[in-house]
Amino acid sequence: MGGGGVRLGVTIFPGSNCDRDALYAVERMGAEPVELWHADADLKGSDAVIVPGGFSYGDYLRPGAIARFAKVMAALEDFARSGGPVLGVCNGFQVLTEAHLLPGALLRNAGMRFVCRRVRVRVEATETPWTSSCEPGEELTLPVAHNEGNYFADPVTLEQIEADDRVVLRYLENPNGSANDIAGVCNEDRNVVGIMPHPERASDPALGSEEGIRVLRSILAEARV
Amino acid sequence: MKVRILIRPKSGILDPQGEAVRSALPALGFKGVGTVRVGRLIEMEVESADAVDAMCTRLLANPTIEEYEWEVVG
Amino acid sequence: MNLQETYTSLGLSDFEYDRILELLGRAPNYLELSLFSVMWSEHCGYKNSRPLLRRFPNSGLRVLQGPGENAGVVEVGEGWALAFKVESHNHPSAVEPYEGAATGVGGIIRDILAMGARPVALLDSLRFGPLGEERNRYLFREVVRGIGGYGNAVGVPTVGGEVEFAGAYSGNPLVNAMCVGLIRTEDLVRSRATGEGNLVVLLGSKTGRDGIHGATFASDELTEESESKRSNVQVGDPFAEKMLIECCLKLLDESLLVSLQDLGAAGIASSASEMAAKGGVGIEVDAERVPLRETGMEPYEVVISESQERMLAVVEPDKVGRVLGLAERYGLVGAVIGRVTDHGELRVKNGGETVGSVPAEYLADAPVYEREVVRPAYLDEARSSDPEDYPQPDDYNLVLKKMLAHPNLCSRRSIFQQYDHQVGVDTVILPGADAAVMRIKGTNLGFAVTTDGRGRHCYLDPRGGGAATVAEAYRNLSCVGAEPVAITNCLNFGSPEKTEGYYQLAECIEGMAQACEAFGTPIVSGNASLYNETEAGAVYPTPVVGMVGVLEDVSRYATPGFKREGDMVVVIGSGSRVSLAGSDYLEVVHGRVAGEPPEPNLDAEKKIADLVREMVRSGLVDTAHDISGGGEFVAAAKMALAGGLGIEYMEGEFERRLAGQGRGRADVALFGEEHGAFLVAVPWERWAELRDALGGDVGHYRTGTVGGDSVKVGDVIDVKLSELREAYERDLFGAPGGAEVTH
Repeated sequence: MGGGGVRLGVTIFPGSNCDRDALYAVERMGAEPVELWHADADLKGSDAVIVPGGFSYGDYLRPGAIARFAKVMAALEDFARSGGPVLGVCNGFQVLTEAHLLPGALLRNAGMRFVCRRVRVRVEATETPWTSSCEPGEELTLPVAHNEGNYFADPVTLEQIEADDRVVLRYLENPNGSANDIAGVCNEDRNVVGIMPHPERASDPALGSEEGIRVLRSILAEARV
Repeated sequence: MKVRILIRPKSGILDPQGEAVRSALPALGFKGVGTVRVGRLIEMEVESADAVDAMCTRLLANPTIEEYEWEVVG
Repeated sequence: MNLQETYTSLGLSDFEYDRILELLGRAPNYLELSLFSVMWSEHCGYKNSRPLLRRFPNSGLRVLQGPGENAGVVEVGEGWALAFKVESHNHPSAVEPYEGAATGVGGIIRDILAMGARPVALLDSLRFGPLGEERNRYLFREVVRGIGGYGNAVGVPTVGGEVEFAGAYSGNPLVNAMCVGLIRTEDLVRSRATGEGNLVVLLGSKTGRDGIHGATFASDELTEESESKRSNVQVGDPFAEKMLIECCLKLLDESLLVSLQDLGAAGIASSASEMAAKGGVGIEVDAERVPLRETGMEPYEVVISESQERMLAVVEPDKVGRVLGLAERYGLVGAVIGRVTDHGELRVKNGGETVGSVPAEYLADAPVYEREVVRPAYLDEARSSDPEDYPQPDDYNLVLKKMLAHPNLCSRRSIFQQYDHQVGVDTVILPGADAAVMRIKGTNLGFAVTTDGRGRHCYLDPRGGGAATVAEAYRNLSCVGAEPVAITNCLNFGSPEKTEGYYQLAECIEGMAQACEAFGTPIVSGNASLYNETEAGAVYPTPVVGMVGVLEDVSRYATPGFKREGDMVVVIGSGSRVSLAGSDYLEVVHGRVAGEPPEPNLDAEKKIADLVREMVRSGLVDTAHDISGGGEFVAAAKMALAGGLGIEYMEGEFERRLAGQGRGRADVALFGEEHGAFLVAVPWERWAELRDALGGDVGHYRTGTVGGDSVKVGDVIDVKLSELREAYERDLFGAPGGAEVTH
């Protein structure tokens, strides 16, 4: 599975837990993993960036609220605004909404409990660098693990997202009460994607599933430009 | 001076915590409880209150889903 | 307060105070008295358990570190080792369950980190009073939230555990947290302080008044007064702990530390004195140099504070700059608070002034109490039980549903879905199976881990119950295909100063030791939590066994769920001594805990478990479950539910059971319990292979076939899986009485 020298950066905030998992998955895919420490100012020549899951800053105040002001985020925002591919996973999705790189917000799960399970989702928007290798309507089973995964946006924004085909993943079994069963969205330019499920946790046959690779490997084709 | 800031979910936003509290109270025998909204309290020692609004909109509250109010208390 | 009131309030007896006078050759000041108070508490000093604990076998081929360090360590293969330990946080959880459980998780993680290992798995063994009581529901809910709240945030997956409910635990919940860490054998770190002139560095969080005299509190019985001690309970910060983990591993990676110790019960006092005693050196600590979170703290408060998320390191002077720099990079407090000396004392200073000094070895060597082991009066009555007293039910479909819906047997999904069990991408077998299985990246190796306790059994037969607890863990690991290697144990008992408590402790330890010897699984670490009782009585004697095993090939494992229609289901192990004594059925249906449970046959247990394991390793068996609580038919029903495929017992099978092991009673045949038996399922074509693998002298017989959507047993059970699932998959945190099965 040749990654062809694609440099995939993974941001590491204090409290990020899934950075090591993301780096591991990136390496398994054949791409070059690049650690992006929160206090460094540049993206070290990354072709694409993953903002991974975890509990950055302990989720204190609100999940992602403090991480969005980390030094590396200035470079990330520039990168995103100039079309660079960015994927936020779980806490990463939360960081991107707090940074206003994605619309809406992630509220506390409707059931008021942390939820760790595998859920069926449907891939919808495939015109993004992170899902271009998927079939539209493709159904996957992906792990989720979160306390605040309940997607919210005001009615106008929500309608716009739907009309523009910017729902990237939709739950077939909604684990947290998300509006419109939304599991992931992209921005207007379609280069920034945020999803609650963890593709890096379903990227290894040793652990029983490689369905997550279908999300991750899209970027290898896209970023090799 | 001491500043007290209250942050609460915007009305109309689903507040699962408020819902959970609202249904838990009658189960403990407390009657007549209507709507419940659960928010956050932040107390700060500051030299001047000039920047408090900016602190709220930039960091302390998420304007997409929360509203805030504050007062000088000491 | 006069002198006697002072030291009594600190938990020291007259005898202990006199001994202190004798050792020091003078009267101790308040600070020194406080040091003895915490170091000589049962929690830190093991006064009542140490003589008994010597009975445990501690060594073995794979053992790299036995008891005496922060955790035990065993070799796995290819240069990898596992550091693991289980510890209790019972008393704090009874008073403030969320934080008690959370800080329990935090504490055990630091014990593993102190060996230089990266924590990679967490498990929790929990016991509460019945869910019908509001207080127990509250404790259960908050403890689970606390475990998740801390474990999830710190990024270590919670991959297993167990929970049990019984009246004996009302008011005295048991919360035992286990952690497993991974390390290269050459990177093992120990806590012994060495090198006169080396510096003592505090890493982590600021120090406040958390848990002052918490070690003494942990050693007391719980009374109404305990509720008011809520201010003693520590609050955890998993974010700080995560940074501490990454920082310490980085420091060790760069070889910057001489030794490492976590700060837990009795804080700096215990850590520093243990480090000093082990190394035969002295340590001087300057209270003024400890970064504080509160104002006006006295030196004695500073050194016995139990503020969380702190570690103590011994560092060579030329490396201190880099250590402090790294602490800053990780946003942690880093401060030189003392130095290693040659005077053998723990010396506390406050700026230039010495405010207390005690030879470290005296603090680490609490007096030991050996008591007479006297068989208590309750045993004879508890063990007498006439089956004729229990009328046989007439609707076994209903009984099966009731059993599966009972909080002690039902699905634990509503619990483990609150724990992140996949972070780290190493979890091969998810929660819900007989044991958790994790892989070791870069190898074909894996390890399995389980926690098991048998309180009811130990109450009715302490020695047999102790052995049976170890046997259950051995079976659970063998079931998934792992070779059991070693044990960490947590001894949860009532007061050792009472006849029942001490007898139970001594006898359970004896039973466990015999089993450890028979199975070749030494005990390499552990914890004792005594005095778990209230005015209403003591908990069931509940030794909890945390057992770790190795998989040479982690792709060869078995899980309980039936996998293929047409598979043949086989019982392995005799089942000839099944009994209702102390069984789940007896408690669930007849509300009694009584009788003489069958004594485990350790040799047979080992033989059968080893055979099952071999069949999993060879790839012959991929579906296996051990038979324990609820007996054979509950085990079969659970395998059906896990796999979503029903089972139909062969014609005549039930009648055979009824006449044989049931001795004429259907309930004994269906739900009687014994030990050492397993259920496996293999494709029909492999039956001959299975028979050959078992050889001639292990009892086994075919029972039925996998298929359909029901569980069918003769004329006596015929119930749809969907109905069983509704009972079994209840939400343990739902409304009380909501899952009452009446039809």
